[in-house]
Formats: sequence, C-alpha cells, structure tokens
Amino acid sequence: MFGDYSLGDLGSIFVMQGFAGLILFSVYVLMALGLAIIFGQMGVINMAHGEFMILGAYVTWMTSNLFQTYMPSLFGGYFFLAMILAFLASGALGMLVEWVLIRHLYKRPLDTLLATWGLSLMLQQAYRSVFGAREVGVELPQWMLGSLHVTDSIEVPINGVFVMCLTVLITVGVAYVMYKSRWGRQVRAVVQNRIMAGAVGINTEKVDRYTYGLGCGIAGIAGSAFTMIGSTGPTSGQLYIVDTFLVVVFGGAASLLGTIASAFSISQTQSTLEFFMSGSMAKVLTLLAVVGILMLRPQGLFALKVRK
Amino acid sequence: MSDEANKGLLSPLRRKLLMGMAAVPAITMLPRASFAQAPATSAVNTTGLAVTDTEVTVGILHSATGTMAISETGSIEAEKLAIEQINAMGGVLGRKIKFIQEDGASDWPTFAEKAKKLLVNDKVAAIMGCWTSASRKAVLPVMEQYNGMLYYPTFYEGLEQSKNVIYTGQEATQQILAGLNWIAKEKGAKTFFFIGSDYIWPRTSNKIARKHVENVLKGKVVGEEYYALGSTQFNSVINKIKLTKPDVIFTDVVGGSNVAFYKQLKAAGIDLAKQPLLTISVTEDEIDGIGGENIAGAYACMKYFQSLDNPNNKAFVPAFKKAWGEKTVIGDVTQAAYLGPWLWKLTVEKAGSFDVDKIAAASPGVEFKGAPEGYVRIHENHHLWSKTRVGRAKLDGQFELIYETADLVEPDPFPKGYQ
Repeated sequence: MFGDYSLGDLGSIFVMQGFAGLILFSVYVLMALGLAIIFGQMGVINMAHGEFMILGAYVTWMTSNLFQTYMPSLFGGYFFLAMILAFLASGALGMLVEWVLIRHLYKRPLDTLLATWGLSLMLQQAYRSVFGAREVGVELPQWMLGSLHVTDSIEVPINGVFVMCLTVLITVGVAYVMYKSRWGRQVRAVVQNRIMAGAVGINTEKVDRYTYGLGCGIAGIAGSAFTMIGSTGPTSGQLYIVDTFLVVVFGGAASLLGTIASAFSISQTQSTLEFFMSGSMAKVLTLLAVVGILMLRPQGLFALKVRK
Repeated sequence: MSDEANKGLLSPLRRKLLMGMAAVPAITMLPRASFAQAPATSAVNTTGLAVTDTEVTVGILHSATGTMAISETGSIEAEKLAIEQINAMGGVLGRKIKFIQEDGASDWPTFAEKAKKLLVNDKVAAIMGCWTSASRKAVLPVMEQYNGMLYYPTFYEGLEQSKNVIYTGQEATQQILAGLNWIAKEKGAKTFFFIGSDYIWPRTSNKIARKHVENVLKGKVVGEEYYALGSTQFNSVINKIKLTKPDVIFTDVVGGSNVAFYKQLKAAGIDLAKQPLLTISVTEDEIDGIGGENIAGAYACMKYFQSLDNPNNKAFVPAFKKAWGEKTVIGDVTQAAYLGPWLWKLTVEKAGSFDVDKIAAASPGVEFKGAPEGYVRIHENHHLWSKTRVGRAKLDGQFELIYETADLVEPDPFPKGYQ
C-alpha cells in the first residue's frame, strides 16, 4: 500500500501516526485514572463512571456559556476554570453518592455493579431532563483549535497536546497522593484491611468518601477535557465506559502503573492496527489480544503481590 | 408511562402549540375541504379502528428516552406540530386527531411491543414513528401482521417496500447519486475516501456510492473505512486521509462519533474550505453538537435544509420555533416527520376512509403542496418523489443551499446495478 507514496510523505505520516497513538494513550489514561482509584483501590465497580465524566462536560459547557455572556474578554482562559469546576461538581456528586449508596455496599462489591448501573441510568435521564435530549456543542477558545505546524507535512493537533500535558499532570498528582502522602497510605490501609485500619485510628468512612470523591472528580476533569475531542450529550458517557474498564482490568485492578502500561499497549496496538485496516476490524483484533492475554494472566498486567 | 399521564403532561404543551398557530399562512394554500357534513363513522371506518364521530386516534412511536432520544426528539416535535395544525384546520374528515405517544426507549423489541399495543389495544388509525432502520425492521412484521399504517421519516438504505409503510424520507439512491454527480462535476472530483459508522445504513449507502463512483463517474475509491458505533478516536483514519489525499471525503458517520470525527478533523489541520467533504449524515440537529466552527465548509446532501427559501418553509420554521423554542433547529428528518401526518390526512381524504387497505391503495399519487421542502408526491412504491439538495455548512450551524436537482428524483428502493 505504500508503493505510491514518496519517502517524505511516509515519514511524516509515521510521525503523525505516532502522535495519534500517544494522544489515544493520554485519552485512555485520563479516562481510566478515576476508575483506577475507585475500582482499583476501593473495589467498587463504578458503572456510572461515564456519567460522572459527562457531568464534567456539562459543567464545561455551562461555564463556556457563562463566559460568553458575561465575560467575553476572558473567554480564552475559561477552560481552566471549567476544569476546576468540573472536578468540584463531579467530586461533590461522587461524595454524595458514596454517602447515600455506596457505603452500604462495601461488603457486597458485586452489588455495586447493579447499584451504579442504575445510578448511571438515573443520571442519564436527569441530564436529558435538565439539558435536553439533544447534544450540546461546547465552544472552545480560538487558541485551542487547529494544529501546530511542525514542518510542511507534519501537523500536531493542539487539543491532543493539551490532553497529553493534562494527563501527565494529573497522573503525577494522583501517584503522589496515593503513594507518597499520608492520606494515600490511609486509603491503601483501608482497602487492605478495613477493620484493622479502623482499629489503629483511621476514620475509614471519611477516607472512603474522599477517595470516591477524588475518583469521580478526576472523571469530571476527564469529561471536561474530552469536550475538545468528543460529544456532550446525555448518553455520551456510554461511549467511554467499555474502554475504561478494559484499560483498568487489563492493567491489573489495584495498580496505577498497570493502568498506564495497559493504556499504552492497548492504544498503540489499536492505533497501529487502525492504520492498516478498518477501524472496527482493528477494535476486534485489539479486543481479541486483550482477551487472550487475560486468559493467560487473569490478574492483569501488573498485580500487587499479597499473601493469601 | 400511561396514556393518561401523557395527556396530563401535554396539556400546557398543547396550549403552546396552539399559540404557534398564528403562523400557518402557507397551510391556507392547501385545498380546504369543507366539513359541513362529516361522513358517518360506519362508512369511513369498517375495520374497527379508533374512530368516533368527532375524533380519530393515531400513534406516535419514537424514543423519548435512551441513546436515540437525541435524534428522535425533533421528529416527535414535528409530528405533534403537524397534528395540531391539522386540527386547527378542522381535522381529518371532520374529526380531530388525538394522539397516543409511546416511548420506544431506543430498544428495538420495545418498539415492536409498543407498535403491537398501539395497533391491538388502541386500534390507532396510523402510526407516525421509528427512526433507526433497526427499529423499523422490528416494527415491520407487526405492522404487516395487524395491518397497520406506519409513516417512517428517516432517510435510509432502501431495499424495502411494504404496503403498510409510507417512507417520507429519502432512500439511499435518491439521496446519494445526485450529490455525487454534483460534486464530481463541480469539483472535478475523481478520487473518493469513504468513512462511515459500522452498521447497515452506511455500508449499504457506501456500496451504492462506490458503484456509482466506479461505474458512472469513472472515478476511484481510495479508501473505505468503518468505525464501530460510538467510536471517539479518528486520528488514524485522518492520517490515512492525509496520505491518500482524496478529492472528496464522503462520510456517513452517525451519533456521538460524528462530533468526535469533525472536531478531530479540524484539529488535524484539514481545512474543509479547501478539502471538499460530502456528508449524508449531518443535519442541522447534528451540527448543534458538532459546533458550526468545526464543520463550516462541508457539503451535505439531503432533501431539506432549514434555510430553504420558499413560502411553505417560511411559515413552517417560525411555527416550529414558536412551538418548541427559538433555539430549536430543524433537520432533514424532522421535516420528513412533519410530512407524515399531512400525507396521512390527504390520503384519508382521497380515499374517503380511514381503512388501512384503502389508504394503502390510495397513497400512490397523493400530493402535498404545503411541504416545507416544496412539492412532494407519493410513488407507487410508497416512497416520496422529492428533490435532492446540496447545502454548505456555515459557522452559525445552518446550511446554505448550493444546488438542487431541477426535477423531483424518483425513489428507487431496489436499484438495479447498485446491489
């Protein structure tokens, strides 16, 4: 298939294809991080993850409207405020949900699947009632549109670069919180042994609530960032949920490094295959490979070594 | 949801709709039947439909919830508006139209079940409904078994014809061929890159488009790609488009994927002002989500645009906005859904009966001069004769009409040489 093209053409396509893979990688990491905390650390199967993302997207949409109406001169910078608001909104909703619903189910992890799935349906209908059934278009500031011209034939999408930077920032932040901070240690203690953690004086209920809130808040940021590359509608969250679980489960549920490694391998496989065959065929092959590897390594790519 | 609850909810809405009645001057162009003496119910209803001396009941069957609600909301709105307008003019054979709305909930078995309920329990005289081909295929056997009448609004892949269905949208050849001819002539296009969502409509449409490009236009298809429904990542295929440098990108991507595709196309530096792109899946409704700035310059090929400049449309658009809000946009399918109740009314009046068999037989040749898209006529094969138009997307999310066929295009659901 390459016979007809010049070497220069091919070179730049490979560079851009490399970027396409990296962007997909960042997108996967960003959407999986929140779930890696909630599912990976807390063991809650959060089927409403996509809906928490879309809440972030709607917050971004509202912020953009607000800026357009009242502060058009500051429109260029609204996105940063929108991401913070998205984090707060999704995080707050997450903490509320944890208090009302999830905390009663820690001993029955499989039931969280049904409960959060029901929650996702309720949230979808709520978005539909509040924001309307049609999709909304989030307008971006001018500087975030278009692409960087590296050379004449190599162009890198600006929003892709933005997502990449954001992903690095948030990943580092989460890694620090989970593995270096005192609070992260408490989270891990509660996950490993709830009763013992309580006995040594950790307020387990509070830790649970904040952990769940953090996971949902990061989902909100992801949703906010994805308004640049995807759609915002009541059911848009469903577009992400399968890929998100795929990344987290394949990586090994309790490992942040695993999530990153799995996002990397899935995104690179997918984007390379997509270049050589049709998109849906590439997806089939990627999923087959994941299923095959999970049959050999049911615990995922990386797993915590624990005595059982 | 029970019908009673529905009616309760709708009463304020009906008031709103009636307020919108002020703007129906185009309707006055229609032949106004005089209903001094409405024909006896026993004469116009011999099969036990829900027809009384003063009322006739029809069904509206769309997804008001679930993933398809995005698309089907406009159709529901259009059908309700048409029914209210018909009632304001005196109804059908002297009878007011009452509707029962059922929710297909984006689930195909639910569509079939609700269709059966409407036909068997409610005995509705006709159903305005369905949107996706999957829902229509689920409902079709029910319509045929219980002898109902369905008015189906969406442009679709063709390869179907039923006594019990009137297809008010375009079938694939009607929609696609004129658009391809135009872009080949206008842009001198020889090479085409196809990209679509992976299900029956894009695949069938692209098959027809490929045959036309290769056999009639003597051009070349340099790529044909399908992405699963709901895909949000198109960077790889965009790179392929950059590599193959097609004269035209031809797309039938649908749903949320659409938004992702155009945003990423723009971000990758493909300028639609310079790279011709012809889509058959983006209406004004979709642009709401995509954002005008991401798709400005693209060409769409269908039969209706909100910006059409004719007297019917100039009355229709304000009436629709008055009923459903100033910001509402009207896409191709919404307009086609609006035709359903009108065509049914005209057919009933032509047949002088509500009986489904008589309506099916009377349908061919029924003309609707008040259609927002302009004149339409029902063909022998129960599809519509209609014009095909090419519009260019503008920043504000509207289309600018660039080209329309001189004559009505004949519907051809089983095209020879394209299968």
